[in-house]
Amino acid sequence: MNSESLPITSDRNGRTTLQAAVRPELFLECVHCGLCTSSCPTFTELGDENVGPRGRIYLMRMITDGTLDALPTVRHHLDLCLDCRACESACPSGVHYGRIIEPFRLAMEEEKHRGIAGWDWFRTFVLFGLFPYAGRIRLAMKPVRLMQRLGLYDRFERLGLFKLIPGRLGQMATLVNPPVDQGPKLPSFLPAIGRRRARVAFFVGCVADAMFRHTHWATLRVLQQNGCDILLPEGQGCCGAIHFHAGSNSGARRLANTNVDAFRLDEIDAIIVNHAGCGAMLKEYGLHWQDDRRAQRQEFSEKVRDINEFLDQLGPVAPTGEIRAVVAYHDACHLRHGQQVIDPPRKLMELIPGLELRDLPESEVCCGSAGTYNLNQPEMADRLICRKVENIVSTGAQIVLASNAGCLLQIGREIRRQRLPIAVLHPMDLLDLSYRGEQPELPGHNGR
Amino acid sequence: MKKPLTRDLRRCLGATSVLSELGDLRVYDCDGLTIEKRLPDAVVFPATTEQVAEVVRICSRHDAPIVARGAGTSLAGGCLPIGGGVVVMLTRMKRIIEVNVADRMALVEAGVLNLQLARALTGTGLHFAPDPSSQIACTIGGNVATNAGGPHTLKYGVTLNHVLGVEAVLGDGTVMQLGPLGDRAALDLTGVLVGSEGTLAIVTRVWIRLTPNPQDYRTLRVTFDSLDDASNAISDVIASGIVPAAMELMDQGILAAVDEAFQFGFPADAEAVVVIELDGPSVGLDEQRDRITEICNRHQAREILQASDAQQRALLWKCRKMAVGAVGRLSPSYCIQDGVVPRTKLPHIIRRITEISAKYSIRIVNVAHAGDGNIHPILLFDERDADQVQRALAAGKELLEDCIRCGGSVTAEHGIGIEKISLMESLFAPYDLKMMEKVRDAFNPGGGLGLGKVLPSPHAPTLLHAAVSIGDV
Repeated sequence: MNSESLPITSDRNGRTTLQAAVRPELFLECVHCGLCTSSCPTFTELGDENVGPRGRIYLMRMITDGTLDALPTVRHHLDLCLDCRACESACPSGVHYGRIIEPFRLAMEEEKHRGIAGWDWFRTFVLFGLFPYAGRIRLAMKPVRLMQRLGLYDRFERLGLFKLIPGRLGQMATLVNPPVDQGPKLPSFLPAIGRRRARVAFFVGCVADAMFRHTHWATLRVLQQNGCDILLPEGQGCCGAIHFHAGSNSGARRLANTNVDAFRLDEIDAIIVNHAGCGAMLKEYGLHWQDDRRAQRQEFSEKVRDINEFLDQLGPVAPTGEIRAVVAYHDACHLRHGQQVIDPPRKLMELIPGLELRDLPESEVCCGSAGTYNLNQPEMADRLICRKVENIVSTGAQIVLASNAGCLLQIGREIRRQRLPIAVLHPMDLLDLSYRGEQPELPGHNGR
Repeated sequence: MKKPLTRDLRRCLGATSVLSELGDLRVYDCDGLTIEKRLPDAVVFPATTEQVAEVVRICSRHDAPIVARGAGTSLAGGCLPIGGGVVVMLTRMKRIIEVNVADRMALVEAGVLNLQLARALTGTGLHFAPDPSSQIACTIGGNVATNAGGPHTLKYGVTLNHVLGVEAVLGDGTVMQLGPLGDRAALDLTGVLVGSEGTLAIVTRVWIRLTPNPQDYRTLRVTFDSLDDASNAISDVIASGIVPAAMELMDQGILAAVDEAFQFGFPADAEAVVVIELDGPSVGLDEQRDRITEICNRHQAREILQASDAQQRALLWKCRKMAVGAVGRLSPSYCIQDGVVPRTKLPHIIRRITEISAKYSIRIVNVAHAGDGNIHPILLFDERDADQVQRALAAGKELLEDCIRCGGSVTAEHGIGIEKISLMESLFAPYDLKMMEKVRDAFNPGGGLGLGKVLPSPHAPTLLHAAVSIGDV
């Protein structure tokens, strides 16, 4: 039942139709055993087969077969999927759930937003107009950053005043991370320190660049310490995941092609990415579209490595700076389930002298961030983040680590809300500090 | 008729705990057995025993049949809503109410996952012994309903041996508590309920007996060139008087699927791998292992490897437990059988499986809890091809009839469900069945709970009956 590189079927206008969105063969991989259900965060929360992976596959299969109409209630069950792909890790039959739900929802979104009646300002201006551009995000965050500098943001948050901003914008405002020194603009090249062991290119991204440039700097310094020359190619942009998941197939393909054009593959050993959501998308460029550039995108995908994965394969230079702290590591879905990168970040953290890494219960369960899910499905996202933070607290950790921008923002917001004395960091932040012999800033009690 | 039913259910449980629209009901039309489908009229999600009782009373008033469902992993159609009616989901009743380490017992709600309980017991030195292969998803309620087993049944016994008592809702809505402390003066009604597949009552809480973890393990992976040698070796190990904790057989077909899933490195050309686990006090384990090694060598074992650490042991078990699910890599549909034979007949029945596979041109791969004579031949077919479906059903039936002829049975742990009702008359005398009916009527007077399941009745689907006429031509 090999289903490598199956194309998304499109109609004559290049648009995906709901009934033809998924190749029927993909459904046959599922034998309906139900072993996936318990891995699914939404099934675990609601206990309803309709919102578990087996049920969702069944629903999509019936719509594809024409035995069930795409009723509003059915669409809701599919919309509620986090696309965390925990079910893929659980499935013994190797069902490619992501390759079923993603094109199907893409088709659902395209259908929903077709024509003037389906126009959504948030999708046009925020998801497609703002998110893919780091510069615009920075600009849009100016008011929030100003509030943070004046100390107003905290007060707003505590008084719950962000709730006055309606819907998805209000959700967004509360997600903004606290201001840190983000460091200067990224250069176009950084040399290896010591013996050169690899030559890599770094993927910068959009939200990651706007909100986590300091983590980018940390990652770059870690790469330098590990003997890597680093190129930061001009002309690269957003990975396209936001477009792809919000139903803009053509927008996603355009961004993918832009990135493929920006990187000279013959000059480098790997393309390094440090956020799981982008990484998963980049690694799947070769799968999503059938056109004359498919082979090029496939070659690009084959060079992509998550930073944790890459360092683990390269053999990391042991850091020497002691960091006495208790940490817990949260598995970003698109790293653990999407890329099956599980042990490397843990192994890297264990290299840091003095650091105590504790097991986080349910570390493999989604935190509810899931791309833009927390903006669209705030209720389920809230249930999941509360569960996540409860588990984090149970470990007694002072620092929680995650390798993905969405998780960092989502977990960070809830920890601020509950005023917990826990820092939220990327593993590279911590590794970089250890190389530099510096200490992380740990919040005191009451979360400050 | 249906409208008032759902209205009453909504009034009782609230709108978010009742599904009755077509788009919401379709996923409940089958479970792990997909060849038979029935649509319920409503699906409900009670949160308490009292709510379950109220639902049963409402259904009884409206004359609507009821089927309880947990994770829906039944392979025998145990969750199929025969005659429509109401599916009672126990998935929102999943609290572990108490773990009492000193008295080695736990009280859990029926919707608690087997694995959830296992995780909660980490560090206590205790465990719940039944470990069915669907452990990661199945519920304790489902384990009780089917009297579930698993690989370690060989030494530790089935669910019945690990249930001290239950709280259950009877067919008329009465809530009954049985146990948890045994009373010699009473009939063992817990024993009657465990394994009754939801035809007597809906179990809502379970008092669990917890078992101390063994001090040590020896886990062996024995490879055989021939399936015949493997089954003879298993027979001889049992005859030698050693009781391993588990003794599991996987044949070449299933090994290929498992290896693709987990890259364990099973030899591709071997006909069988047997996983043998010994557990208990460290003292004596090595001697038992050596005796088993000797027996296996006598039967031309190609290779005997021992798991060197906990991680290797865990991976080996993962391969075995995920084996059935991995079948999706071989075929779009499957039907897994659950026959039992006396262990001396194991070589015979394994040979028969090969013959039957050829006779019906249906590919069959095998996993088996071989140590206790429980075979799980997996019949592969494509459910879109009606002829294949019929041949698979007929092959399955012939196989199970062979088990009965050997002095065995048609189920060890999956249950009768709807799948094997037609074999009940070959397995039991009419009087036995009559007695079972009387017991059912005592607990479930209207017959609304688990309608059309387990015992032959006009409601039961004629799944295997149909198969005979076509397959035997």
